[in-house]
Amino acid sequence: MTYNFDWSVLWRGQSGLWLLQGLVTTIEISVVAWVVAFTLGIFSGAVRTVSITPLRWLASFYVEFFRNVPLLVWMFFWYFAVPPLLPQPLQDWLFDHGAEFWAGVVALGVYHGARFSEVMRSGIQSIPKTLFEAAVSTGLTMAQAYRLIIIPIALRLIIPPATNESLNLIKNSSVALTIGVAELTFQTRQIETYTAKAFEALTAGTLIYLVLCLAIATTMSQLEKRFAIPGMITKRQTGEF
Amino acid sequence: MDFAVVINNVGFLIFQGFLGLGNFTGGTLRLAVPAIIFGFILGIFIGMGRLARSRWIYLPATLYVEFFRGVPLVMVIFWFWFIIPVVVGKSLPEYSVALAAFVIFEAAYFGEIVRAGIQSVPRGQAEAATATGLTRAQTMRHVILPQALRNMIPSLVTQCIVLLKDTSLASIIGYVDLTKAAQIVNNREIRPFELYLFIAVIYWLCSYGMSRYARHIERRLAVNPA
Repeated sequence: MTYNFDWSVLWRGQSGLWLLQGLVTTIEISVVAWVVAFTLGIFSGAVRTVSITPLRWLASFYVEFFRNVPLLVWMFFWYFAVPPLLPQPLQDWLFDHGAEFWAGVVALGVYHGARFSEVMRSGIQSIPKTLFEAAVSTGLTMAQAYRLIIIPIALRLIIPPATNESLNLIKNSSVALTIGVAELTFQTRQIETYTAKAFEALTAGTLIYLVLCLAIATTMSQLEKRFAIPGMITKRQTGEF
Repeated sequence: MDFAVVINNVGFLIFQGFLGLGNFTGGTLRLAVPAIIFGFILGIFIGMGRLARSRWIYLPATLYVEFFRGVPLVMVIFWFWFIIPVVVGKSLPEYSVALAAFVIFEAAYFGEIVRAGIQSVPRGQAEAATATGLTRAQTMRHVILPQALRNMIPSLVTQCIVLLKDTSLASIIGYVDLTKAAQIVNNREIRPFELYLFIAVIYWLCSYGMSRYARHIERRLAVNPA
């Protein structure tokens, strides 16, 4: 094996700037997609536990359809297949304003929304049924019981699996490079293309992902301790990464 | 909307793209099946390593799992794609690169499933086996692993589904799987909606079928707890 290491490629030229831009784009697309995914997930996850059958079917259809198809296929679908079906002015606007970014957001958001939904559903199902019954018997409507009692408690219970899922979303944002979003993996490849130093570029990109994920995992485990419901979480999940 | 494009190319998409029976080395299943088998075998050793008493086994196994679970699969595929030619001295076909990347990457996830499975076996089983005079290795092979395997089946099937979906990422290094096959057809026909929807349905049928099967097994195991 003959390979000349030259770590200076990472700070010579534009490499540093590219990595930083990549990290910023990764965070941007992940945050926006996370908001979409979390909203869809909470809503559809809650709906899957209610007794209104058509709504429950609709939510189940959403979850089962989007969860069971690879994210890459969704990326292609939202980027190549959907825009041509939109009205022309909207298409023009989209392609002037970073269509690949928004396609990536929708693909990640809708795909991970389906996965968040499963987390939310199991969170709600782990709450004793009597709590819901008690809430309804005090005169709350079903919507009120969910909004004021069930969902706030479920949100505190699902912090560990939701963190895990959020980290998955960040890692999966790398798939967006296939439709041309200039995120961290994309920039790592760009450095490799320009400098022909694969080892250095990939090490830098990999380390940034590891640090990012580790930082979030640590923050969230602090948050989890702060929001733990006394007496309800018996076993703290550890090592989820 | 014109689904004739799908019908005209269904042979290429299914036989070449999905099954891998064509002129190219390709195919979703041809990658997924060996990746599952070898990834699981490696995962058994990593899962046992995570529970080993010796720090020299425990620490590297833990590091392995935490590393690969903290890095995107796309990144790992690129690592193999760029580093294998440097290490081996010549570039290998996409199939070997993709298979190596998937086995190494998924073994970290399989390892965690194996670890959880082993830990789900009651401690009394190991103690009883030791009391009958079995060595630690014999206890593991004849008593713990068979029971652990049973408990693991639902999460194993889930992981197989994840792996099947993940194989679509092999297309980014040019491996002709179902996704790449659809891309190839689309480059000629420019019918993205019909083609991507069609492969979405194919992936969906496999994944959903497997997850139904997992639920079926889960229910059967719940009825007859051994």
